[in-house]
Amino acid sequence: MLDQIRDLYQEVVFDHNRNPRNFRVIDDATRKIDGFNPLCGDRITLYLKLRDGVIEDVSFQGQGCAISTASASIMTEVVRGLTEQQAHELFATFHRITTGQDDDVKLEDLGKLAVLAGVRAYPARVKCATLAWHSLEAALADEATTVSTE
Amino acid sequence: MSIALAQRPRPVADPHHFDVARIRADFPILAETIHGKPLVYLDNAATTHKPRAVIDAISEVYQRHYSNVHRGVHTLSQRSTDLFEGAREKVRGFINAAKAREIVFVRGTTEAINLVAQTYGRANIGAGDEILITAMEHHSNIVPWQMLCAQTGATLQVVPIDRRGELDMEAFERLLNDRTRLVSVVHMSNALGTVNPIETIIDRAHRRGIPVMVDGAQSAPHMPIDVHALDCDFFAFSGHKLYGPSGIGVLYGKEALLKAMPPYQGGGDMIRQVTFDKTEYNELPYKFEAGTPAIADAIALGTAIDYLQEIGMTAVAEHEHRLLSYATERAMHIPGLTVIGTAHDKGAILSFTLERVHPHDVGTLLDQLGIAIRAGHHCAMPVMDFFGVPATVRASFALYNTAQEVDALMDGIQQVIEVFA
Ligand SMILES: Cc1ncc(COP(=O)(O)O)c(C=O)c1O
Repeated sequence: MLDQIRDLYQEVVFDHNRNPRNFRVIDDATRKIDGFNPLCGDRITLYLKLRDGVIEDVSFQGQGCAISTASASIMTEVVRGLTEQQAHELFATFHRITTGQDDDVKLEDLGKLAVLAGVRAYPARVKCATLAWHSLEAALADEATTVSTE
Repeated sequence: MSIALAQRPRPVADPHHFDVARIRADFPILAETIHGKPLVYLDNAATTHKPRAVIDAISEVYQRHYSNVHRGVHTLSQRSTDLFEGAREKVRGFINAAKAREIVFVRGTTEAINLVAQTYGRANIGAGDEILITAMEHHSNIVPWQMLCAQTGATLQVVPIDRRGELDMEAFERLLNDRTRLVSVVHMSNALGTVNPIETIIDRAHRRGIPVMVDGAQSAPHMPIDVHALDCDFFAFSGHKLYGPSGIGVLYGKEALLKAMPPYQGGGDMIRQVTFDKTEYNELPYKFEAGTPAIADAIALGTAIDYLQEIGMTAVAEHEHRLLSYATERAMHIPGLTVIGTAHDKGAILSFTLERVHPHDVGTLLDQLGIAIRAGHHCAMPVMDFFGVPATVRASFALYNTAQEVDALMDGIQQVIEVFA
């Protein structure tokens, strides 16, 4: 009955939801930011350790739906080791695939991020997938306030 | 009244048999399929669907009777005015107000509360005064008072709730004091379903001469309301939750209070005479109805009230209570499901959480099964904070819901749990 929804709730999503990666505090983080989706109450705290413009370590804590948790978990995996500029470009790409403005983006080039492309068919859930990414953007810009998806 | 909308067949009022199949046939949208499944609409606390009579009323007004109200000598203006004032009279009867001039048409509950805050509140509440609300209010019964507090230097006091989602009535009595200028309380909580003991609240407040505003957004659609018996000073509700159109709602206020209050917005219709030196305000309720109102919507709200009165609000309440009991019973048997809001006196709202599954995921998955529920904080973030949850899943029932739909919901929840297992 619920098979149709597998385009969004893929096994990978369940896996990251059950066992989120990098779900921890970074004690010597250089940036820390709280992200909040007022619509559904999802909250994450994102920790970044930047050195010479490179994301040396990244982690998160918080509570949210399966989509936001999996998205945060996958994000921490893919942005580690990237430069700030590369992370920023990836954010832009991710934003385009989740909102369907992605004619020029090849899913196979997205690697792990591709599993979240399905969210574009569920407009009410796009913000769940992008919460962690908006938090990352804000952390890179060093906005030391709570970011909100609204 | 010289004009009425065309009469239509109505459900037969039979106190012994609530004919839900017949009622369902009155609601065209219930025939919709969602993702190939029959619609199971359980988001009635957010808004209800409209019977054909209401939809037809709107179209009939625009096709045959429409013009502006209270300002023309021509026939259509007179017809619209008669229908509009006829709707006001229906509202009066529906909540048993003494006079039609105590019924003010507004956009909805939110506007009604803002109106009272900015007119009654600005005129009567000052620095050091207190406004008493409860911990289970909808944001629309919190924020207007916070705004008033910021303007006047008054403070907001909050009656706490307990784990069942019931008001702490001892705390309520303690919080009532000589500085309290107004009590504003929700009749039935949209997040928990709790029906508050407003008779007692009104009685205790009145003993100290404090007026009481009741947020009836959730109660008016689901139980008989008698503002005369309640003796409340203000009562607010929204048309769109009462099987009527959106954009129209009602503020009831006792005549003496309304008379003494300054107007809300300035403009046409709310004046008697305007010169550049001085403006004389119109009589009640027009003093509070500046500008062209939602004419067709008000008239169609009257049609929704006719529809409900034909069925009878007691019968509606009984039907919904049966659904709530059945749903609660079934929910108790689902492992990992926790009901949020277990007050003794409850309306037909089942708010709950599932272990390991976030409400938003539940909402998306149930939607695939054609089941519409609400996932979120229900505009009652303080309630979520109190229960320590970010959000809940909320199923809210209406007169057209059935036990089979409860079954569909519970089976759907089982499937969601399996997918997440
Ligand atoms: C208890 C309660 N009060 C007030 C409101 C606000 O009603 P409206 O949005 O129609 O103004 C609602 C609607 O969600 C409600 O449930």
